[in-house]
Amino acid sequence: MDSYFSILFTEVYKILFLLVPVLVSVAMIVWLDRRVWAFVQKRRGPNVVGPFGLFQSLADALKYIFKEIIIPASSNKFVFVLAPVVTMTLALISWAVIPFGEDFVLADINVGILYLFAVSSLGVYGIIMGGWASNSKYPFLGAIRSAAQMVSYEVSIGVIIINVLLCVGSLNLSDIVMAQQNLWFVIPLFPMFVIFFISALAETNRPPFDLPEAEAELVAGYQTEYSGMMYAMFWLGEYANILLMCAIGSVLFLGGWLSPIDIFPFNAIPGPFWLIFKILFLFILFALVKATVPRYRYDQLMKLGWKIFLPFSLFYVVLTSSFLLYFDLLPGK
Amino acid sequence: MKISRLLKTILMIDFVTGLLIAIKETFKAKKTINYPFEKGSLGTRSRGEHALRRYPNGEERCIACKLCEAVCPAQAITIESKERDDGSRKTVRYDIDMLKCIYCGLCEESCPVDAIVQGPNFEFATESREELYYTKEKLLENGDRWENILAANIKADSSHR
Repeated sequence: MDSYFSILFTEVYKILFLLVPVLVSVAMIVWLDRRVWAFVQKRRGPNVVGPFGLFQSLADALKYIFKEIIIPASSNKFVFVLAPVVTMTLALISWAVIPFGEDFVLADINVGILYLFAVSSLGVYGIIMGGWASNSKYPFLGAIRSAAQMVSYEVSIGVIIINVLLCVGSLNLSDIVMAQQNLWFVIPLFPMFVIFFISALAETNRPPFDLPEAEAELVAGYQTEYSGMMYAMFWLGEYANILLMCAIGSVLFLGGWLSPIDIFPFNAIPGPFWLIFKILFLFILFALVKATVPRYRYDQLMKLGWKIFLPFSLFYVVLTSSFLLYFDLLPGK
Repeated sequence: MKISRLLKTILMIDFVTGLLIAIKETFKAKKTINYPFEKGSLGTRSRGEHALRRYPNGEERCIACKLCEAVCPAQAITIESKERDDGSRKTVRYDIDMLKCIYCGLCEESCPVDAIVQGPNFEFATESREELYYTKEKLLENGDRWENILAANIKADSSHR
């Protein structure tokens, strides 16, 4: 009994040690997003609350907490309340397998990448539930769009991941990082990295693929009927997902916690910091893209996903595997 | 032509150019001002919060002619007048409902003695409606507070009247 509790407490402690920084960084990343967006447009962005406006997100969160939660009378109340919870939970549990350093991972499971893939596929349920349970036009249309979009780009992300797995020979995320000790996969698989980045934009409903919440057409998409803390949870889940996609991108292509060059001033910086730098780099790219590119049309989005990315990444799988086979570089030999 | 177009699409030249422009713009000077801490300039005819002015000797300018009350399109002004002991007509009540007011500036234009004016202050938000029913005392106090700027504005504008 005693050992049971000690295991329980260490696990809870470990989870909190991961979860609290993730939630805090989600708040910070919202600030960073708004700030980068403003800077590109030569505005100042949020700069009043705290130093450089760093506490803006906390102030916003406080505002959301004290706002009234309105549940539409004709909605399916149980599913309506469940949807933001599902979105946020799914966005957070994926962080369990992200390796922050050697032996610095909450769950070092052998099928880490499959777990990530499975959880991020489930993420679409939160949005569908939210859109359907609202029993309203705009949320419903937004949810349909979002589901179609996320499913389409999931496919190409899956094929891109196959490329990486061919080079690694393992589904474990720590092994994927260790396989990049000599060469980050971003160099041999650069086209895949670009496609992964664009698919990640679509997967997380970021501009230029933010069709589900295209405010000109759909008010706020599946979030239209939500208010107060439930809206904040959707929004938190969304940004946690964006951060997660940046983390997956850095683990798969940018060498995770590895330093770019294995010489003194660089390898003295601990691994987790490198991962954070890489996540931030990718996130700033996300934010810059949001500030520059206009929104895609729905048919263009589908065409890009199914007719360009999918065939191209499939072709690249053939290319990668034949290259590895021809030069006898297949892993696990 | 077609191949160059295809290459442009595949290499995402336009996208990368746009991204580089965005990065370049990031480091340029900001076009917006840091509002609550620094403020933009206001024209001499800016129509903000109302004020009732006085003559330099402390006498109220308003002669209760009620032209402003008559001209006010929103009927936000209420005036009651009475003859004072020295025989001059003065207001006993001069109320402006700032919630009705549309800040058109007609009261200021109609005033023959430059008594009611709209000052440069536009930051008079309150937490209750009652605070925005301005009385004569409040308006005179405003006039005393902004007199320097109000006088300068009227002087600057006098050649156009």
